[in-house]
Amino acid sequence: MATPQMSREEYWQKQLRRTLILLTVWFVVGLLSGILLIEPLNEFVFGGIPFGFWMAQQGSIFVFVSLILIYAVASDRLDAEAGLAEVDDESTSGPGAGH
Amino acid sequence: MGIIGWTFFWVGITFALYIGIAIWSRVSTTAGFYVAGQGVPTVANGMAVAADWMSAASFISMAGLVAFLGSDGSVYLMGWTGGYVLLALLLAPFLRKFGKFTVPDFVGTRYYSNVARAVAAIVTLFVSFTYVAGQMRGVGVVFGRYLEPVLQPISATVGLEVITLGVIAGMFVVATYAVLGGMKGITYTQVAQYCVLIFAYTLPAVAIAFVLAGNPIPHIAIGEVLPRLDGLSEEFLGTNYSDPFQNFSMLNVFCITVALMVGTAGLPHVIVRFYTVKKVRDARWSAFWALLFIAILYTVAPAVGMFAKYYILSSFSDLGAMGMLNEQEWVRNWAQAGLIQTGAWSEGMSAAAMLETIDRDIIVLATPEIAGLSAILVGIVAAGGMAAALSTASGLLLVISSSVAHDIYAEIINPEASDERRLFAGRLTIVVAVFLAGLLGIYPLGFVAEVVAFAFGLAAAAFFPVIVLGIFWKRCTKEGAISGMIVGLAFTFTLIILMRAHVVLPVVFETPILESFLGVNAQGIGTIGMVLAFITIYVVSMLTEEPPQEVQDLVEQIRYPRVITSEELYESSKVEPGQAEAGGA
Repeated sequence: MATPQMSREEYWQKQLRRTLILLTVWFVVGLLSGILLIEPLNEFVFGGIPFGFWMAQQGSIFVFVSLILIYAVASDRLDAEAGLAEVDDESTSGPGAGH
Repeated sequence: MGIIGWTFFWVGITFALYIGIAIWSRVSTTAGFYVAGQGVPTVANGMAVAADWMSAASFISMAGLVAFLGSDGSVYLMGWTGGYVLLALLLAPFLRKFGKFTVPDFVGTRYYSNVARAVAAIVTLFVSFTYVAGQMRGVGVVFGRYLEPVLQPISATVGLEVITLGVIAGMFVVATYAVLGGMKGITYTQVAQYCVLIFAYTLPAVAIAFVLAGNPIPHIAIGEVLPRLDGLSEEFLGTNYSDPFQNFSMLNVFCITVALMVGTAGLPHVIVRFYTVKKVRDARWSAFWALLFIAILYTVAPAVGMFAKYYILSSFSDLGAMGMLNEQEWVRNWAQAGLIQTGAWSEGMSAAAMLETIDRDIIVLATPEIAGLSAILVGIVAAGGMAAALSTASGLLLVISSSVAHDIYAEIINPEASDERRLFAGRLTIVVAVFLAGLLGIYPLGFVAEVVAFAFGLAAAAFFPVIVLGIFWKRCTKEGAISGMIVGLAFTFTLIILMRAHVVLPVVFETPILESFLGVNAQGIGTIGMVLAFITIYVVSMLTEEPPQEVQDLVEQIRYPRVITSEELYESSKVEPGQAEAGGA
């Protein structure tokens, strides 16, 4: 764990790539499905609610929360792999210290 | 006890709690005052961010706004949540690594210029002041609406309006805990305020979901209610509730959503919360907790809006307007408070005309009554509204104080000042800021309602581009940053004024000078301003000399969670990207 297996440049490239992928999902879920494509998506109705409308008022918000969760978990992992995590003094008890 | 008694009870208890927390969390250093000594646990910080974020407007007005806008109400739902993704991925962890106290700190240091710092501090002041004025007004409104019968005699004796008394009481409470505890006091008070407000918000929603759909979870109950609401809406208003683009064009929905998202990520009082945690990873987790806590309210709000609109339309369908007036108590109660103009009601009036007479703000405040909840719970909703307004106001006041006392006084005017002197300056400016904000609450300027467009548009256009490029692009220069901030600011400010002149200066202008800019309205114009700022920063940076080495090292440094030693930095500047893998670390 403690021995770093990648360079800083590699770490940063990986972080950038992940950020880009997550922001693409953010765009597709929020702006594309909730706004630009809301009309065609409203043709599909699940559980009484048109899908585009549901994405705009409920689904997108759930996805936004998940995106930040994925980012936090994946970044923790990458920090450790690259030997770039902060040195823990006393608190590993924080939420999300699951691994 | 009746509604008034219980309201007094809950508001009194929660106020005592906030003051108690303030005394417990007194601070004696500037680090404690501005960033709570960077020792706030992530879940607590998440709650504090959520309470800071959710204002009187989120609590009282949003569900009503969404109910009246239908599908297009999603601009607020997505706009005020989606920004946290940008914040978590593009800003929070890096600004935490940078450390220090404020957004102008980052701008001033990254762009090696006190001019940049001063521009950023002035934008911060402008954005925060316009925002806080509305909050103090919110405190007064909640007080006035619920405690009127009690405050009425007092107000008659001292010759002040009820709403003025409400604002003064709110000022007193905020000043106490902000001055004593600074960021630490504010953060822990906000944790308490979050609990109060989320409980007060979801409880009536759960009850009404159960009454209407037999399912206590609002998110599921909407599946039952929406088809019925669409039917009623089609019958009486001619369109489905869930049909998009009835109030805004697709272009405007897009631009408003983007402006609110990016504006959220650029608001100084939100960004600064991520300086208060211990580590970089805590900043990421704080953003997650914050959005999770915010999402609870933001996914319930559209349900509350649907329930309320369904209830109103189905009453109308059963009874007609006059029948509602005669038989439904909540209609009479709110008509008495002047928030439903029943004077305009008549036999056989259309549903659209009837809806016009209902003030949107009552949707949330009336749901407990509509659901037939007892007076105890109605009192909790009042305390929740107060919590929402106070928590946002206090967070903003601290940012205002830090811009003046830290960025302008301690960093530019008197860099030699001792820590005690800086702390005193911080406390003094909070008192002055509370006083000014209170005045703005008591004597609202005509444009307070336009504040949201200003605050978000300016944050989106002036702050977001400089901060993001400052982190992700080493070549970004001070000339680029300053010109970008000024272009974004000037463009957005001017266009909002042109489009809202009739609201901002009603004496001079009767109609807007400009209807829209290429079809984009005032709320969405920040999106265009942001694009222009990005372009300006890029072009000017490419034309000017690249930033000094120590600034590039700083940018390198903030990209990684742990401290990178100077030997490591030196080594990496020698290694080409292609050889990096072979070089290791």
